[in-house]
Amino acid sequence: MTTLAKHERPAPLGSGMPAGRGGPRKRGDLKVALLFIAPALIGFVLFYLVPTIRGIYLSFTEYSILGEPEWIGTRNYERISQDPLFWNALGVTGQYVIINIALQTTLALGLAILMHRVAKSTIIRGALLMPYLMANVIAALLWFWMLDYQIGIVNQLIEWIGLPRVAFFGSEQWAIPTQALINTWRHMGYTALLIFAGLQAIPHSVYEAASIDGSKAFSTFRRITLPLLRPVLVLVLVVTVIGSFQVFDTVAVTTAGGPVNATRVLQFYIYQRAFNEQDFGYGSALAVILFLILALVAFIQMKFLRGNQSDLD
Amino acid sequence: MMNKKAFGAVAAAAVLALTACGGGSTGGGDSAKGEINYWLWDANQLPAYQECAADFTKANPDITVKVTQTGWDDYWGKINNGMASGTAPDVFTNHLAKYPDFLKTKQLVALDDAVAQDNVDLSQYNEGLADLWVGQDGKRYGLPKDWDTVALFYNKTMATEAGLTPEQMGSLTWNPEDGGSYEQAIARLTVDKNGKRGDEPGFDKDNVAVYGLGLPNSDAENAGQTQWSYLSATTGWTTTDKNPWGTHYNYDDQRVQDTIAWWASLTEKGYMPKLETTVGANAADSFGAGKAAINSHGSWMIGQYTGYKGLDLGIAPTPTGADGKNASMFNGLADSVWAGTKKKDAAIKWVEYLGSAACQDVVASKAVVFPAIKTSSDKAAEAFAAKGVDVSAFTQHVEEKTTFMLPITDNAAKVSGIMKPAMDAVISGKAPASSLTAANEQVNALFE
Repeated sequence: MTTLAKHERPAPLGSGMPAGRGGPRKRGDLKVALLFIAPALIGFVLFYLVPTIRGIYLSFTEYSILGEPEWIGTRNYERISQDPLFWNALGVTGQYVIINIALQTTLALGLAILMHRVAKSTIIRGALLMPYLMANVIAALLWFWMLDYQIGIVNQLIEWIGLPRVAFFGSEQWAIPTQALINTWRHMGYTALLIFAGLQAIPHSVYEAASIDGSKAFSTFRRITLPLLRPVLVLVLVVTVIGSFQVFDTVAVTTAGGPVNATRVLQFYIYQRAFNEQDFGYGSALAVILFLILALVAFIQMKFLRGNQSDLD
Repeated sequence: MMNKKAFGAVAAAAVLALTACGGGSTGGGDSAKGEINYWLWDANQLPAYQECAADFTKANPDITVKVTQTGWDDYWGKINNGMASGTAPDVFTNHLAKYPDFLKTKQLVALDDAVAQDNVDLSQYNEGLADLWVGQDGKRYGLPKDWDTVALFYNKTMATEAGLTPEQMGSLTWNPEDGGSYEQAIARLTVDKNGKRGDEPGFDKDNVAVYGLGLPNSDAENAGQTQWSYLSATTGWTTTDKNPWGTHYNYDDQRVQDTIAWWASLTEKGYMPKLETTVGANAADSFGAGKAAINSHGSWMIGQYTGYKGLDLGIAPTPTGADGKNASMFNGLADSVWAGTKKKDAAIKWVEYLGSAACQDVVASKAVVFPAIKTSSDKAAEAFAAKGVDVSAFTQHVEEKTTFMLPITDNAAKVSGIMKPAMDAVISGKAPASSLTAANEQVNALFE
C-alpha cells in the first residue's frame, strides 16, 4: 500500500511524533518553538484561558459588573436547575442543533459530491462559498426582511401560488426551523468545501478497483466514499455541532428570544441574564454549563466516531 | 465568553472616578472645557439638539458638544457596555424605566449641588416631572427635558367611510366586559378582503384587509404604556403598590387581567393583527400603509404619523373608562450625567442648558415633542398647530390631570425579562390572562 502512504493524515496533537525527540538539539528547539508559539499562546491565555477561569469563578458569585463579586457557592447552579427558562433554552437549542446539523450535513455532502463529480468550474465552487462570506448579522437581517410576514418577497410568492402566508419568525412552530434554515444556507457551502477536500483525499485507485469489481455508483458511495470520509465528517460534525450550540447572532437581531420563549436559545439566554439584567454570576454559571455540554458532546463524538483514525491506512 | 477581567478593571476605574469627582461641581478647573459627548435615541429630535449644542458652544466657547443618535433598540445596550468599558457618553437622554438600574450600579451623578448653586428653577417644569428623577436616596439624577402622553391616531378617511364622525371618535367609551363604543368603533373600522365590516354578518376574520386596531407588540417592557395601560388605568388598577419605587407588582389583579383578556380577544375576533404577524413590522408604517384604522401611540410619534403623505390623520383622546374619565401614562425623559465622565463640570453645564427654556424653546419650535418646561410646552403646542396638527388629545391629559406615572422600580430589566414572554403568551392566545398571576409571583420574588 505504498501508494496510499502519502495520503496518510497527520494525527492530531499528542499522538506521538517520533522524529526530533531527545538528543542534544532539544533545548535549542524548545526556545525557537516557544518563540513561534508565543503569539498564539499569549492570545490563548489572555482571551481564552483567563476569561474562562474567571468565568468559572464568577459562576459561583453574584456580580453586576460594578462592585465586587460576592461568593455565593453553588447557589447559581441550584437556581438554574429549577429555572424553567434554562430547560426551555436547552430544549430550544437542541431542536435548533438537530435541524441545523441534519440538514446542513446532508446538503453539504450532496454539494461536495456534485463539486467533486460535476461542477469542476472554480467559479461555481467559489459561488457556493458566497453565503459564508457574508456576516452572520447581515445574512440574518436579509432573510428577516425577505421572510417578513407583511412585506417579505417570500410571502408574496407563497400568496401568489395560492397558499396562506407563513409567519416565519412570528409563529412559535416556525421560528426555530427558520433560524436553522438561515444558518444552514449560510454555512453549507463552507461545510461542503471541507467535505470536498476529504473527497479529494480518497485515492482514485480505490474507485478504479471498485468499478473493476462491478460496483454500482450508489454502492460505491455507501461502501467506499462514506467510510473513507469518516474522519472529515467527524471533524465537520464536531465543528458544526459546537457552532450550532452557540447560535446567538441570528436570534439576537431577529426574534430576540421570542415569540414567547420559542427562540430563547441558551447563548441568547446567557446574554439576556448577564448583559440585559446585569446578573453576570448567573450568566457565567449558564455559560459554564454550556461549556460542559459542548465538551461532553465533542468527547462523545470523537470517541464513538473514531474521529482521529483513518481507514485509509 | 466575554473578557470579564476588563469589566473588573473598568469597574474599579469607575469607582475611582466617582470618588475623585466627589467634591461637587466646583472641583477640577479643566473639567469645564473640551468636547463632551451627548447621546439621544430619537432621530426626529436630532436637529433640535444639534441646534441647542451650537447655541451652547456660542455661549460657552470652551465647550463643544458632540451629539450622537442611536436607535432605541441598540441605545441601552450601548450605554450599558459603554459604562462597563469606560466609554459611555458624558451626558445622555435617560428613561424612567431604565434609570433605577443605573442608580443601583452608581452610574449617575447627583445634580443637587449644581441645581442649588446655579438656582435651577424646578417649578418651571410641568407638575411632577422633576420629582420623577429623585432616587430612593433623595438625590436628583436628571433634569426634565420632555414629557409624553398617549392618544389614538386614526385614519379619518376610513372613519368617515365607516360612518364615524370626529365627535364620535373623540368621545369613545370603554369597559372590560364588552369593550364599549371603543370596541364597536374598532369592529366597524375592521374590513375583510370582501369588503365586509367587522360588525357585519359574514365577516371573514381570517382574511382581514384593514384592522380596526393596530398591534405593535404586548408592550410589557413599559407596562403597556401605549397599548393597554390607558385602559387598565381607568379600572383603578395600578402597576405597583406605590410609585415611584414600588416593591410589589399587581399583575395578579383581576382588573388588569380582565383588561388584557379583552385586549387579546380583539385578535381572536379578527379586529387586531395576530402577534406573530407583527414580528419585525413597524406598527406606524402599517398604519401609514392603510393596514390599520386606529393606532394608540405616544405623543413622540406625532411627527411620524403626520408625515404619511395622502393620509388624512385624526387624533382622538383615549376612551373614557368606567370611572367616566380617560387616562394616559405620563412619561418624562431627562438628561443625566454619567458618573464616569472626565468633564463633569462641562457635562453638568450642558445638562442645565438642556433643562433651560433657551434649549427647550428651540426643541418646541421644531414641533416634534413636548418640552418639560411649561412655557416651552405651550410653544410646542402652538408650533404643532401652525403645522395644522391638533394635539389637544395629548395635552388634555396634562391639563385635566388624567395622567399616571410610568412605574419606576428596581429590577426593571429583570421584570421585563419575565413579563414580556408571559404577556406575549397571553396576547397570542397561548395562555389565559390568569397565567399572569404566576409571572407576577416571579416578579415579586425579585423584591424579596
